[in-house]
Amino acid sequence: MKYKSQKVAYWFFAFSMLLLVLQIVYGFIMGFAHAGYDGLHSIIPFNTAKAVHLNLLVVWLLSGFMGAAYYIIPEEAQRELVSVKLAYVQLISLAVVAVAAIIGFHFNIWEGRKFLEIPRPLDYLVVVNVLLFMALILITLFKGKRKTTTALVLSMGLLFAALLYLPGMIFFDSQVLDSFFRWWVVHLWVEGVWELIMGGILSFLLIKLTGVDREVIEKWLYVIVGLTFLSGILGTGHHYYYIGVNKIWLIVGGIFSALEPLAFLAMALFAVNMYRKGEKKHPNKIALYWTLGAAIVSFVGAGLLGFAHTLPQTNIYTHGTLVTAMHAHLAFWGAYAMIVFAIISYTLPNMTGRKLYDSTRGRIAFWLSNIGMIGMTVAFGVAGVVQVYLERIMKMDFMVVQKQIEIHFIVLIICATFFATGIILFLIDFIKYGTPTDEALEIKE
Amino acid sequence: MLSKKQARAFFLGGTLVTFLIFIGLTIYSLSPAQDQSHSENITASVIKGKKIWEKNNCMGCHTLLGEGGYYAPELTKVVDRLNQRYDGNGEAAIKSILMSKGPWQPHGRKMVAYGMTDAEASDVVAFFKWIGKIDLNGFGTVVSPLAKGKIKN
Repeated sequence: MKYKSQKVAYWFFAFSMLLLVLQIVYGFIMGFAHAGYDGLHSIIPFNTAKAVHLNLLVVWLLSGFMGAAYYIIPEEAQRELVSVKLAYVQLISLAVVAVAAIIGFHFNIWEGRKFLEIPRPLDYLVVVNVLLFMALILITLFKGKRKTTTALVLSMGLLFAALLYLPGMIFFDSQVLDSFFRWWVVHLWVEGVWELIMGGILSFLLIKLTGVDREVIEKWLYVIVGLTFLSGILGTGHHYYYIGVNKIWLIVGGIFSALEPLAFLAMALFAVNMYRKGEKKHPNKIALYWTLGAAIVSFVGAGLLGFAHTLPQTNIYTHGTLVTAMHAHLAFWGAYAMIVFAIISYTLPNMTGRKLYDSTRGRIAFWLSNIGMIGMTVAFGVAGVVQVYLERIMKMDFMVVQKQIEIHFIVLIICATFFATGIILFLIDFIKYGTPTDEALEIKE
Repeated sequence: MLSKKQARAFFLGGTLVTFLIFIGLTIYSLSPAQDQSHSENITASVIKGKKIWEKNNCMGCHTLLGEGGYYAPELTKVVDRLNQRYDGNGEAAIKSILMSKGPWQPHGRKMVAYGMTDAEASDVVAFFKWIGKIDLNGFGTVVSPLAKGKIKN
């Protein structure tokens, strides 16, 4: 750690991990309900669990990204953060929004639009919160000694993510338009600007962990984010095939979303090649595991599994089935959760001064959580394909089919238990590191 | 070999071009001439139905236009589907589910008992009827209970 203000990152990471635990708990509630055990229905009906599960995902990832930015930007800009106090104010307001929204979901207070369930009054608080965050990051960057490509790409991703929240706040009378612009937020986040954030964090980690020249890494960063936008922006069309808009999206969405895996393939090749080129001297191997893991698993989860159902000819049958849940789980895990785990694993020793990165626990956490998540993805995939065949082709009744696939949710719960065990092991390490200290400033990274 | 400057030009140029095409296509596909949703049929009752749909986060379990929770049935063609099942009494069946004070649990999977008023339930039905008529580029036949080809979206 080079600057005192970087310590702020720790508290964003801690908040992020707390929400992740809650997200997993609600995931289990949903898994059991799908398997036929919905004993909590009267307190936490499925739609509440679903809204909580999705929104906690968004908030914990954003909190992780914000923590990453508070750590990376001062180091890249070579100066302290402009205001540490305001950064804590921002964290507290983020926590207030999250807690208020989650409690509200249990009392039927929400907007009822998938991923954007946070009710309108709280949306305004989100806007204020994000404006404050962006101001702190951009002013620090602007006043800094240098403006690196890594910092610019990361900030650009965060800024666009903030701007893209706005189309989700407009009310439309037509469900078609509502859905159309909801994807401007959700798709352009996860298959667009969030990839910039991921790319920025990945590039920072590769520079630090591999020792490869910054110029080389940042050049490829441009190529990757270029490929991301080239395919991802028009790839939004894959959400427009069957929601009641023009057929032109079948062609445009089909072609460009089929190109989307290229960006993830480039990211995976880039990370692996930089690792090969590098000196392999950095002692923090567990951070390297998560970094390379994120690049590779995101290619499989977001790239390949996305491609599996993105063509209109396939999607007409899979649209609105568990096949989507299959892709979503491995994609979010690989691309975003793992990159947050990577930056946490890299920064914790630097912020706390404790070098616990050789622990076996850390490696078991990595493998268990990944194996568990891959198992969950397979369970969702099998359930999804069976659902498509029985319901969409054989025209069987929805609930009859759901009964048939209950068994796959038992498999899902078993795999989720492996996954959750991995996460718990990661958190034990997180807690063992303790809180950040100024003494860590003097320690060589 | 590619320079950093060229890489940046690729990023900025590619982004700008695809973004402009995206905006162009959005304007084209949302223009009145391309409307596939019969937006002229969005009555006050349909809008009220949509608001009730959102207020109760129905999408948290059901899917509509293929989007939602994957836990409860797709409702895009729900009026057709229940008409077929209940000999043309689909609307009444939907209303009785929405107005029920006790939990509705087909095959054991529970739905929250909303206990809506007759007017509210009618608005939701109006919303579903409007949704059911949208031209969905072929998806309508996939989620419809009627044999493929027999109905026009």
